[in-house]
Amino acid sequence: MTTASAVIPLIVAVPLAGAFIIALLNQKIPRLPDLLGVLATCVGLLLSLWSIYLVQVQPTSVYSVGNWPPPLGIAMVMDGLSAFMLVTVNAIAFAVALYSVDYMERFTAKWQFHSLFLLMLAGMNNVIITGDLFNLFVFLEIAAVASYALVAFGTERHALEAAFKYAVMGTIGSTFILLAIVLLYANTSTLNMADIGRALAQSPAPHLTLFVSGLFIAGFGLKAAVVPFHAWLPDAHPSAPAPISAMLSGVLIKALGVYALCRVLFNVLGLTSQISSILMFLGALSMVIGVFLAIGQWDLKRLLAYHSISQIGYVLLGIGLGTPLGIVGGLFHLFNHSVFKSLLFLNSGAVEYATGTRDLQKMGGLAARMPVTASTNFVAALSIAGVPPLNGFWSKLIIIVAAIQAERYGYAFWAALASVLTLASFMKVMKYAYWGGLGDAWRDVREVPGFMKASMVVLAVVCVLGGVLLLPGLREVFLGAGVEALHQGTHYAAGVLSEVK
Amino acid sequence: MVAYVMCMALLGLGIYCVLMKRNLIKIIVGLVITEYAINLFFVLISYRKNGLAPIFAADAPVAPETMVDPLPQALVLTAIVIGLATTALIVALAMRLYEKYGTFDIAEIRELKG
Repeated sequence: MTTASAVIPLIVAVPLAGAFIIALLNQKIPRLPDLLGVLATCVGLLLSLWSIYLVQVQPTSVYSVGNWPPPLGIAMVMDGLSAFMLVTVNAIAFAVALYSVDYMERFTAKWQFHSLFLLMLAGMNNVIITGDLFNLFVFLEIAAVASYALVAFGTERHALEAAFKYAVMGTIGSTFILLAIVLLYANTSTLNMADIGRALAQSPAPHLTLFVSGLFIAGFGLKAAVVPFHAWLPDAHPSAPAPISAMLSGVLIKALGVYALCRVLFNVLGLTSQISSILMFLGALSMVIGVFLAIGQWDLKRLLAYHSISQIGYVLLGIGLGTPLGIVGGLFHLFNHSVFKSLLFLNSGAVEYATGTRDLQKMGGLAARMPVTASTNFVAALSIAGVPPLNGFWSKLIIIVAAIQAERYGYAFWAALASVLTLASFMKVMKYAYWGGLGDAWRDVREVPGFMKASMVVLAVVCVLGGVLLLPGLREVFLGAGVEALHQGTHYAAGVLSEVK
Repeated sequence: MVAYVMCMALLGLGIYCVLMKRNLIKIIVGLVITEYAINLFFVLISYRKNGLAPIFAADAPVAPETMVDPLPQALVLTAIVIGLATTALIVALAMRLYEKYGTFDIAEIRELKG
């Protein structure tokens, strides 16, 4: 353990401490929840950017919690994929925390919001950096329980119903994950992910591995809302307050779902061609079904929620291809989707903040009164639809090219088709909400306050400039290390275990 | 072996309860049954007939082959606490739902669909 790796746990400790300090001291210091919420996420962002640097110096670093050496103690492992995910999660969290300062003014218990928000962030960060399977489960539950409570935050009829549904399905998903962990422990007598990988390599158990993979796909697939496990998402994400919808759709389904699934399947169990085909099939299914269901929606946030299912399909398809180019496309799309989907949800929150409705048929001509929201929404809509030169175009292009290279022409076709349908449904959003004649009811609508504008503009700029990350030089630093971490497969074990000794 | 099969039957029972029951409270009971089936399974995996508590003391003989693996018990304890937190939250949600709708029947709590 080096001194540099001693900083790794801070990325979990800072938001966790923030959550409890807010809960303890909010009565004494009036502006504390806002201040600490923004500050803790800002520190998280800085630490995650620093972790990108750490990975450049040392590809894998391990921190032993409580100085108990792994595999006995809990290990925190920082590698390229973790650093990549940390930057994605914490950047979005920072933008959302900034946005919440103004947006959450309308809710009574603002401190509870910030406290739960930071708790959810801590859970996600630990899921990303942990090297221990049971620890992953515990923090996955922390993030999930916080998100159940946040979905019900408005305590309206539909929010409570959505939260109940989400909580029940989420708990069933967690049960499957726990069962898979139990079976792995029974077979390998260890919980350290690298050590499980090593044990399975020494004495392979193909049937067990396949069964456990199935359980993980069902469990993490539920968290990631992959079709056919998606039923809760279109209810839960729109019912939450807008910043939480942005967090859930933007990063939670990826950190708890896609990241955890890929880490376990690629690095611990090893990706077989069977599993790879299942991932691609589920990805393509989500991609197409999600977008078809989205087109018919008139509730703005529900439409966006269905697009999350569709876009997660792209990510899974790309990563499931298993080729380096496919993984680049999948991970890059994961990052891009985090940015533009959270921006779209923040925009929908801004519209709801100003007009009080989410029904597209009641809106119209809002671009005249809310120029910042309309223009950032336009940028995000073009990004998600994959219009060049915005970031969404590049990642979708890479995924389609990778599918063609792997001779999966069918999947390439579906990916292109889903992209066209996405464009159609976002033109519908722009047309009904922002363009056209201004409805009489909205003559006095005003643009949203400063913090909300600032965070939307920042995310829109990232959308426009996102393609830059593919340039040589930047590409190796940000995406390359993450792709390398996934593509090495079960060599992950050797990397981590050599670091421990 | 029979014990393992019974555990899985319990798990199936819990999932059946969650999927088929229309009462919120029964769904919650189903969830608790699924959680406890897994917990029971985990404890049974580390069960050893006539096993000893794994205490390493100066005056006690060290005999790993007759000692019980303590880790699953610690993990199940954690899993129970997590299950408690989830259950408490879901019960709270069910209470609020009852306040709003005046019923526990999910067939009547259906504002969200499509």
